[in-house]
Amino acid sequence: MDFAIIASNIDIYLEGLKNTLILVSISLIFGLVMAIPLAVLRTSGNLYVQAPIRAFVYFFRGTPLLVQMFLVYYGFGQFEAMRESVLWPLFREAYFCALFTFALNTCAYTTEIIRGSIVATPHGEIEAARAAGMSTFLMLRRIVLPSAFRRALPAYSNEIIFMLHGSSLASVITIIDITGAARIVNSRYYSPWEAFLTAAVFYMAITFTIVFFVRKLEKLWQRHLMPLEQLDTKIEAPSI
Amino acid sequence: MFSLQGYGPSILEGTYLTLEISFVSLFVAMLLGICGALAKLSGSPVLRAIAKLYTTVIRGIPDLVMMLLVFFGGQVIVNKVGPLFGYNEYIDINPFVAGASTIGFIFGAYMTETFRGAILAVGRGQLEAGYAYGMTGLQVFSRILLPQMVRHAIPGFGNNWLVLIKTTALVSIIGLDDMVRKAAMAAGATRMPFTFYVAVAINYLLITTVSIYLLKYLETRYSVGVRRE
Repeated sequence: MDFAIIASNIDIYLEGLKNTLILVSISLIFGLVMAIPLAVLRTSGNLYVQAPIRAFVYFFRGTPLLVQMFLVYYGFGQFEAMRESVLWPLFREAYFCALFTFALNTCAYTTEIIRGSIVATPHGEIEAARAAGMSTFLMLRRIVLPSAFRRALPAYSNEIIFMLHGSSLASVITIIDITGAARIVNSRYYSPWEAFLTAAVFYMAITFTIVFFVRKLEKLWQRHLMPLEQLDTKIEAPSI
Repeated sequence: MFSLQGYGPSILEGTYLTLEISFVSLFVAMLLGICGALAKLSGSPVLRAIAKLYTTVIRGIPDLVMMLLVFFGGQVIVNKVGPLFGYNEYIDINPFVAGASTIGFIFGAYMTETFRGAILAVGRGQLEAGYAYGMTGLQVFSRILLPQMVRHAIPGFGNNWLVLIKTTALVSIIGLDDMVRKAAMAAGATRMPFTFYVAVAINYLLITTVSIYLLKYLETRYSVGVRRE
């Protein structure tokens, strides 16, 4: 192992780290914001509303992220109409294509996760909300969604990590994320172990940071479900 | 737009390779998964620590990075070790071997978790009864544990399989002629990338949909002895 290679190229890795974090966080935010209404419509809407959402989720969950990304980045340019539209300056950029694909992909998975946890809402809670005279929107805001988010958290944390791992595909369409940085270093020095192990360390660090914060959030949100003795800090008399 | 311009057979060849690499990796993953699960549940702290390290590391590293590490890193190691044994020609790592072993290694970790849960779901008393009859460890495993854990393992196993098939798309990056790469080549020649990637996407959807139905069948088949709730 030659650590000098990594030390002299740490700038590329930091640039990659920045791009990975931007890609992941922006697509997660857009994906989540779109997924909430879709999940609600998927559970409560009529068949005509449900069908397109189902098709969307089916497509994005049933095909590889790589193929979806190629479809957007290389595929959209096939159409004359697309190349002449106002959107072309956006879809010509690899960065935007990656963001677009990742956001839709995580949106599909998140829709399914939130749908699952909405469906798991106990009947009694909904009946109580109705009996208290809440409108559907108020019921969603106060009763259904808060408890659904709480139930969705473990599965969603997995989705965050999968998105982080999936974002490494951006390096295939010329974006310099952490993997992209590693590929540059590897091709310059032909030292795959140093290059890719450094990338692996970066990814592991991000993964475990995410896991750490999700655990914190879980403790905060599910405080009322925890066994009592775990919550109290035990006060013991000093032993003599 | 929906004509494949004569590249249909080529895509089909790629589909065949995708399936081939999926099954080979699945086999590796299941072997590693069973070993990992048994290690995680074993009495030896060393084995437990190794299995824990294995699943944690896999969870932390993206598949693509792992694959590039094995493909490029393996190349360097093989060519350093080769001359030590008197083999002086340059050795190219076969991308099929690199791809299948990496995907198998990654999904072995997921399978470890699935199988661990399934093993725990089989009653302790059943295993103890087996030992009480004087069966050896291997007999208890093959006659009592394995047939019963299959039922509990199928849902998790199915999910892993579906993700695994999609992960095989990555082998196109290390130069293996799977259907994604065949589509890329056809797209380059005909300038119709959308058509070919849609065709590949439909292929993946077909494979996953058929898999889902087969897995459902297996699930009911292995739950025949259990009352449905």
